Amino acid sequence: MDNDKVIQVEGLTKMFGDFTAVDAITFDVKKGEIFGFLGANGAGKTTAMKMLIGISIPTAGTANVAGFDVFKQAEDIKKNIGYMSQKFALYDDLTVKENITFFGGIYGLSRNVIKEKSDVLITELGLQKVANQLVASLPLGWKQKLSFSVALIHDPKIVFLDEPTGGVDPITRRQFWEMIYKAANEGTTVFVTTHYMDEAEYCDRVSIMVNGKIEALDTPKKLKKQFNAATMNDVFLKLARG
Amino acid sequence: MSISVSNISKSYDAVKALQDISFEVKSGELFGLIGPDGAGKTSLFRILTTLLLANEGTATVAGFDVVKDYKKIRNSVGYMPGKFSLYQDLTVEENLTFFATTFGTTIQENYDLIQEIYVQIEPFKNRRAGKLSGGMKQKLALCCALIHKPKVLFLDEPTTGVDPVSRKEFWEMLKRLQQKGITILVSTPYMDEAALCDRIALIQDGKILQIDTPQAIVKHYPKQIYNVSATNTYELTNALKAYEYSHSVYPFGEFVHYTDQRSDFNPTELKAYLESKNLSDLVIEKTKVTIEDTFMELAK
Amino acid sequence: MKRFIGFVKKEFYHIFRDRRSLFILFGMPIAQILLFGFAITNEINNVDIAVLDHSKDATTKEIIYKISASKYFSIKQMITHEADIASVFEKGQVKAVLNFENDFSKNLINDHKATIQIVTDATDPNTANTISNYVNAILQQYQLELNKGTTTPYQIVSQTRMVYNPELKSVYMFVPGVMTIILMLVSAMMTSISITKEKELGTMEILLVSPINPFQVIIGKVVPYIFLSVINAIVIVLLSIFIFHMPVQGSLFLLGLESVLFIVSALALGILISTISKTQQTAMMISLMGLMLPVILLSGFIFPISSMPVPLQIISNIIPAKWFIIIIKGIMLKGVGIQYIWKETLILLGMTVFFIALSVKKYKIRLE
Repeated sequence: MDNDKVIQVEGLTKMFGDFTAVDAITFDVKKGEIFGFLGANGAGKTTAMKMLIGISIPTAGTANVAGFDVFKQAEDIKKNIGYMSQKFALYDDLTVKENITFFGGIYGLSRNVIKEKSDVLITELGLQKVANQLVASLPLGWKQKLSFSVALIHDPKIVFLDEPTGGVDPITRRQFWEMIYKAANEGTTVFVTTHYMDEAEYCDRVSIMVNGKIEALDTPKKLKKQFNAATMNDVFLKLARG
Repeated sequence: MSISVSNISKSYDAVKALQDISFEVKSGELFGLIGPDGAGKTSLFRILTTLLLANEGTATVAGFDVVKDYKKIRNSVGYMPGKFSLYQDLTVEENLTFFATTFGTTIQENYDLIQEIYVQIEPFKNRRAGKLSGGMKQKLALCCALIHKPKVLFLDEPTTGVDPVSRKEFWEMLKRLQQKGITILVSTPYMDEAALCDRIALIQDGKILQIDTPQAIVKHYPKQIYNVSATNTYELTNALKAYEYSHSVYPFGEFVHYTDQRSDFNPTELKAYLESKNLSDLVIEKTKVTIEDTFMELAK
Repeated sequence: MKRFIGFVKKEFYHIFRDRRSLFILFGMPIAQILLFGFAITNEINNVDIAVLDHSKDATTKEIIYKISASKYFSIKQMITHEADIASVFEKGQVKAVLNFENDFSKNLINDHKATIQIVTDATDPNTANTISNYVNAILQQYQLELNKGTTTPYQIVSQTRMVYNPELKSVYMFVPGVMTIILMLVSAMMTSISITKEKELGTMEILLVSPINPFQVIIGKVVPYIFLSVINAIVIVLLSIFIFHMPVQGSLFLLGLESVLFIVSALALGILISTISKTQQTAMMISLMGLMLPVILLSGFIFPISSMPVPLQIISNIIPAKWFIIIIKGIMLKGVGIQYIWKETLILLGMTVFFIALSVKKYKIRLE
């Protein structure tokens, strides 16, 4: 297998009864790449991602994530990926430190490693003053940056981000993307699912899903050229309207 | 004046949600409240729709005071809260009928106002609202908010979580409603939607950063922005930030938006500097200012 | 008014479309009554009894003969002293003792009235009750024969005395309790949930920003549940009467009125709960912990109030269900009229007015 490719998907399909939610999708993602996985609500994004992170068994096709097979090695996949969603990220009723310790513990890090990591992380994010405050009291932007760092705490090969920057203020958003660039630069693959097209502009490559199929896959620049559009939003509009 | 807000402040315990907010919306205007989550948009909407009491300041909607004349306001405004707020277990038609009755009217009476939107969902009128797609729910919610022919329409983040196609259609609908003489106050976290409003207020942390037409707001930006790109965006950002004359550096889609401190900035100089940092495939070109650039400059 | 009707219509849509809740709503009372009911049988056959005949005259002999001739009873022994009653019960030889007063015949002829005491062992409350009913039936039959053609009727008065379990807990006792719980559950929990549901969904915001009066919203929420609760109460009473032959002694009309009073108090409590809870889950927890538990534990439904520690006895007074259980027990089992339960009714009425006033005061015309 190609060592450079951390996600390899071929003909991946998921059916619910007669309904084909994901229709034979094929793509691969390189190490250190920021890959945008786009589509409208209900296009099949979430179903596809669930198969990749090992919580849903595909109906057909093959998929290899972080060197493990989604059919047989789902547990190994889970150990080697990080996950962050806009809906659920951190426990509001635990402090910053408690959250870090908890998630470090989930991934089986030793107490010393957790302590070390948590100090580094808190310093990097400038959270020293609020380290013992409940996460609920933090501004939204800080929470999102913290939860991204927590998703990376066990040095996963791939981190899956579900609509990571929706609703965040523009400056925090940039800081967030800088963190993503940094992680990618250090070799972590970043897989972003979103239906916000402006998030897509930041990705190295994007795929656009329509009705369970991948209808477009390339760099944002080439896609814009191909569809003769100024923004990814326009690309999507053209694609969706057929 | 359709909406007039003067010196409104609102706090929840220690959190100051709104601080000394003042602005006015003219009759028939499409006014946008642009800001991220937690900026105070929803609190402001709730004060104007008489759902919350402000700690300080006064406001009028359609000429009525939001505290004293709250009943009159409730009769004359339409409101679409941020969350999809219809009865999921009622069909499309039942929802609409219910809201019509609640406002003491009937679907027939104001059909001309909603017709254009309603025809799109009419084929599904016997379907439960909970089973509709995101875009259709939103159209139904708009119909329900319009059914009593309100003078002022409040739309709190109507396009959040909605796919680009439905978003576009939704803004087209708003433009047409505006032509029918309805004043619209709409909030959104998407900076790209700002350009579609007549006037906008940029809001962050409970404070208004600026109020003007989108064109004027962009024009007031003090500097020339350059699009910069290289093979490695991460290294590029770091190098630009380290550059001694840099004023602002923000990743912006496939580019990085860069402004320089000097008025006689020369891109070739920057290019030479970046090349010395081992960056390749360099592009440096002038670009247009966006609302988002202005927002960041003001919020800095 | 049109608004209000539109609102109530909407509420019924919600109720009838939520099949699962609807099933629980109507399935639960039926299941509970059947469960309690069939756990206890009310057929008796050849029950051993003892007779204490102070008169030993012609009439008593005839009555004793009629009773022993029925297939329901067999006279196990004749005793001669009051003191023996306790000992025969303790030995467990008989289930009941018939105690004829002195000069039974003479009293019947001279005063047209004689008294017989039916002493039953109420450790098995259902049997005790059934025995007393059967004996009474035989006595009545005899009395009817006796009175044929007479102008001044003879009257045999029977007094039932329960020993060991004078509160007589049985299926009949459970009916008022189950009815109270069901009405409390349907009225308080369902209303509080249905109001908080609107808050959770955000539809409450739209309702508030509309010309509909907040009180129309409240009343509109309450009306369907009054309706459902009344249906439930009727179902429970009908089941008790037709399946378990429970004698409803008192006025059904009075029973209905008292039930409506209790339902209204429970609905007011439900509204009160909804004003302090933001989510359906909290509303449900408060209803269960704050209402159901006290109703089950402190209302006298399962544990007799008289045997509770004094502090709990005092607390039990503030529980509306306690008063309602006293009231409906009185009506259903003792057949009393309003003159005997006006005090309890007044207390319940006072509580209802208090809860309504409180929930109206607490109800907000704005958010928070």
